[in-house]
Amino acid sequence: MEKEFIKLFELFIAASIINNFVFTRFLGLCIFFGVSKKMETAIGMGITFTSVMVIAAALSWLMFTYVMVPFDLTFLKIVIFIGIVAAFVQAADTIMRKVSPGLYYKLGVYLALISTNCIIIAVPLINAEEHYNFLESLAFGLGSGIGFAISMTIMASIREKLELADVPGPFRGMPIAWITTALIALAFTGFAGLITL
Amino acid sequence: MSNEDRISNWQLIKNGIFKENTIFRLVISLCPSIAVTNSVKNGFLLGVAVLFVQTMVNTTVAIFRKFIHPKIRIPIFMLIISGWVTVVDMVMAAYARAAYKEIGLYIQIIVAFASILARAEMFASKNRVCNAFFDGLGSGLGFLLALVLISFFRELLGRGSLWGFHIVQAKPMLIFILPAGGFLAVGLLMAFFNWIDMRFYGGKGAGGASGH
Repeated sequence: MEKEFIKLFELFIAASIINNFVFTRFLGLCIFFGVSKKMETAIGMGITFTSVMVIAAALSWLMFTYVMVPFDLTFLKIVIFIGIVAAFVQAADTIMRKVSPGLYYKLGVYLALISTNCIIIAVPLINAEEHYNFLESLAFGLGSGIGFAISMTIMASIREKLELADVPGPFRGMPIAWITTALIALAFTGFAGLITL
Repeated sequence: MSNEDRISNWQLIKNGIFKENTIFRLVISLCPSIAVTNSVKNGFLLGVAVLFVQTMVNTTVAIFRKFIHPKIRIPIFMLIISGWVTVVDMVMAAYARAAYKEIGLYIQIIVAFASILARAEMFASKNRVCNAFFDGLGSGLGFLLALVLISFFRELLGRGSLWGFHIVQAKPMLIFILPAGGFLAVGLLMAFFNWIDMRFYGGKGAGGASGH
């Protein structure tokens, strides 16, 4: 039991820091660059993404194990996973609007952006590829989400300062953000090999 | 087809390659621009996959545009995209096994590319099949060229080779193969294009400044 728990913890750390989605797997870059201009939005996005990722991981694991594998439909995994994610996001959007308008007002904007995001569809795909069990899938989804939130917060805090800096003309806007990310990614390279799964 | 049509098709292609280049001007669908560009071969293969998917999706959407109800168009576009991505995924898995091991995940991720959905939504659902085909071709080619350009610099500087052939004897700069080097290379190239825009065309160098 304890060994199992340690394995899950290792998976969580590996997904959130060592194989950080943004800095070593390069997923979700569109959102990462688009929404990391302000701290508040970055945190909102991080929370929304983490919760959607965990639930999407759970739903797609159930679907994969109990429907797709028995009926030999694994070749349709791209179609089915994107369907699950899109349907779930749509449902969450509707439910949130009815049940908690305050929360919807804060996070609803991000929900709309989620269904066409590579990071959300990547979690079920990697889970299926690596044959994780249910708890491992959850740990992986949670770790990836938190890793994404961490990277968004780091980037937002740097970019808020960057607004005041005197950047050379051609580098203004996106290019300097990319180069900043390069330096953060270089720092994250230091985590490589911390845990070998 | 009249002469006028042909000119506009050519313009559609050029527009996709230069003015609305997915990576350098619109700054969307960035994930693969770093993930697969550590060698020219991988960059090229993913570029071809995107080119194929973009063209076929645009054509399919344009063919069925009169039958797709506007209220449920997004889910239908997603279905069409994921169908074509599955085709590419299976072909690559069968014929390019070695490369597929490295870039397989990113080929499956094409399904979530904002650029493909955006093209289907903004152009293909409103235009004739022929125009939609060329628009997809142009936008896909722009993507392919951007990937090849980035991977050209990264492989040359980071490994001293091109398409796997060793050509530079000096010690390579390892950082360009590392993840960090990818961000650095794209940032520098983007700044370079902004500089050209500002210096020679009098633009504001806004490439990517407004993008997301």
